[in-house]
Amino acid sequence: MTSDESETVSTTKVPLWRQPVFRAVLFQVLLVLGILAFGGFLLDNTLRNMEQRGITTGFGFLSNEAGFGILQSLIAYDETYTYGRTFLVGLLNTLLVAGLGIVFATLLGFFIGVARLSHNWLVARLATIYIEAFRNIPLLLQIMFWYFAVLRPLPGPRQSLGMGDSVFLNNRGLFLPKPVADDGFGVVLVALMIALVAVFLMVRWARRRQEETGRQFPVVSLGLLVVVGLPLLVFWLSGKPMHWEYPELKGFNFRGGLEVIPELAALVLALSIYTGAFIAEAVRSGIQAVSHGQTEAAFALGLRPRVTLKLVIIPQAMRVIIPQLTSQYLNLTKNSSLATAIGYPDLVNVFAGTTLNQTGQAVEVIAMTMGVYLLISLVISMFMNWYNKRKLLVER
Amino acid sequence: MYKKWMAGLGAGLIVAASVQAGPTLEAVKKKGFVQCGVSTGLPGFSAADDTGKFTGIDVDMCRAVAAAIFGDADKVKYTPLTAKERFTALQSGEIDMLPRNTTWTYTRDTSLGLNFTGVNYYDGQGFLVTRNLGVKSALEMDGASFCIQAGTTTELNLADYFRSNKMQYTPITFDTSDQTIKAFEAGRCDALTSDQSQLYALRIKLQDPSSAMVLPEVISKEPLGPVVRQGDDEWFNIVKWSLYAMINAEELGVTSANVDTMKGSTTDPNVRRLLGLEGVKGEWMGLPDNWGYSIIKMVGNYGEAFERNVGMGSPLGISRGLNALWSKGGIQYAPPVR
Repeated sequence: MTSDESETVSTTKVPLWRQPVFRAVLFQVLLVLGILAFGGFLLDNTLRNMEQRGITTGFGFLSNEAGFGILQSLIAYDETYTYGRTFLVGLLNTLLVAGLGIVFATLLGFFIGVARLSHNWLVARLATIYIEAFRNIPLLLQIMFWYFAVLRPLPGPRQSLGMGDSVFLNNRGLFLPKPVADDGFGVVLVALMIALVAVFLMVRWARRRQEETGRQFPVVSLGLLVVVGLPLLVFWLSGKPMHWEYPELKGFNFRGGLEVIPELAALVLALSIYTGAFIAEAVRSGIQAVSHGQTEAAFALGLRPRVTLKLVIIPQAMRVIIPQLTSQYLNLTKNSSLATAIGYPDLVNVFAGTTLNQTGQAVEVIAMTMGVYLLISLVISMFMNWYNKRKLLVER
Repeated sequence: MYKKWMAGLGAGLIVAASVQAGPTLEAVKKKGFVQCGVSTGLPGFSAADDTGKFTGIDVDMCRAVAAAIFGDADKVKYTPLTAKERFTALQSGEIDMLPRNTTWTYTRDTSLGLNFTGVNYYDGQGFLVTRNLGVKSALEMDGASFCIQAGTTTELNLADYFRSNKMQYTPITFDTSDQTIKAFEAGRCDALTSDQSQLYALRIKLQDPSSAMVLPEVISKEPLGPVVRQGDDEWFNIVKWSLYAMINAEELGVTSANVDTMKGSTTDPNVRRLLGLEGVKGEWMGLPDNWGYSIIKMVGNYGEAFERNVGMGSPLGISRGLNALWSKGGIQYAPPVR
């Protein structure tokens, strides 16, 4: 009764602007409006100033012909394509380097992280030295070191180091034979798809059987056999519908085949070695976060060491590792923009570099570039958060 | 909280408003120096020596403008810029003028909000190759790879040249000219392509300059000149006429050495006008009457600047060629001071 009374009193006597709820909402609305107005003012000010100074604005430039060449492109590109296309070329090159970097950094990081906890004195010390050395040297220097360490000692194209007649290494890059699909190669791909689906079903069936009966099934070995064996069998039966394109020395350099440019090699090497050191520490912290009592309990239940690691320690360690891993993946992706220092044609080098300069439209180009990095980072973040949620400890 | 926020907004307004600076000359006079955008190190054009002192034919443009305004050629501060950064730095007002071996093109003149004030060096694009490559002409370079500086007309010319000759090439682009010459020395590319003057300048940075040579082909027109922001005609005139004063001085035979004696004795009305002794007024550009005298006294005429920085007397050893006066077989020509 008393509380009702006080409420009626407050609505009748206290003026509207002194009510806590109203004020809270009012100030939040005002703040949002203020921020919007400020943003709008900045945008308007920029546009008006640029117009006043005769600087072209808008995104029309994206459909103009670019007129410059790009060192490496995953899609068809030459000088006659548009500035919009240079954006795509740069973006794909960035994704390539980030993807490769993440894979290698993860492998390296897990390996070194586990090695650091090894009971072998030498292995543990070597891992420690690796981590402390590469974590504490600026990444830009490492990239330059690898670039010039990869480039300098290698011979020119005419004195290439060759392995047989198919693999060549020189200061222009690594040249490998490239598999080229002939007519009928689609059958092999179909076989691969079928094998993947079959293995997926097999894994589900094996898991259910184990839950019901406790009997295990050799999933890994049989799965590998199916995934590798079935496409190979189909490939052989259908008359090997594929040939290799070998690199050949023509004029100044090798042509044909698969080319790995030294810029890409140096960048992936530097990024994965650098980020690998951080991931190694994340892995160590994750494993050490699982109390030793867990291992002892597992042994007491009669689990073998390998099974203990797989079923008890790693799942719990992953909960600690994943959030840190997410940050490292994001860092690696953003750090890949240092590519511009050694001339690897990533998004910053191609689009926020040459395209920006040739068109002079700094505001648009930088806005697009920032937007893309934000988007890539958010996607990685979303994926890792989803994965993290799956790995969370579920209390039953 | 609310007050703080309002204060923040107010600060934002002031920052945004101050971007629209007034006429450049007024701002330059107020701060007491010319902020000049130059290259990150190109011998002969703009490079700092081991004491941090900038020299070069582009640097002399900055010094000439400072001499015209302040009567003191040293009142310049330099901002080294890569090719990629240069236009944004000028557009945003970070620098007052940009003499940075920048090619005058239609796009840059019309769509960037910039104006080219003249040509202080007529250049053309060429190729630098190692001697043991055994190439005598650029036409033999089908399939070769080239080190280039990003964001230059060079990138576009190279693409045009190979396209029109139906040849293939691989571009490797770097931010600074230093990086291009390092990669070239490391053997990453078969040739380095840039403006010919730059090739000579970069070649002396090689450990063994005689191991490389410049091919005879010139594949483009590269008129290099100082750039200013569009929309400030007074400042445009000052930079433009600083260069013209230097060219006129060479034509009239006025040098930094004889300018004082000529000032006292000459009866040639052309020289007297150039030195601000009669006829024309400096105030038409907001400058003292003796602006022309100051430039010649402190920086010298165009010929002196050329010889000192890039000419036969310098490590670059470039002949005048196109950059000789119109009366001596070149195309350097300035409207008269009258």
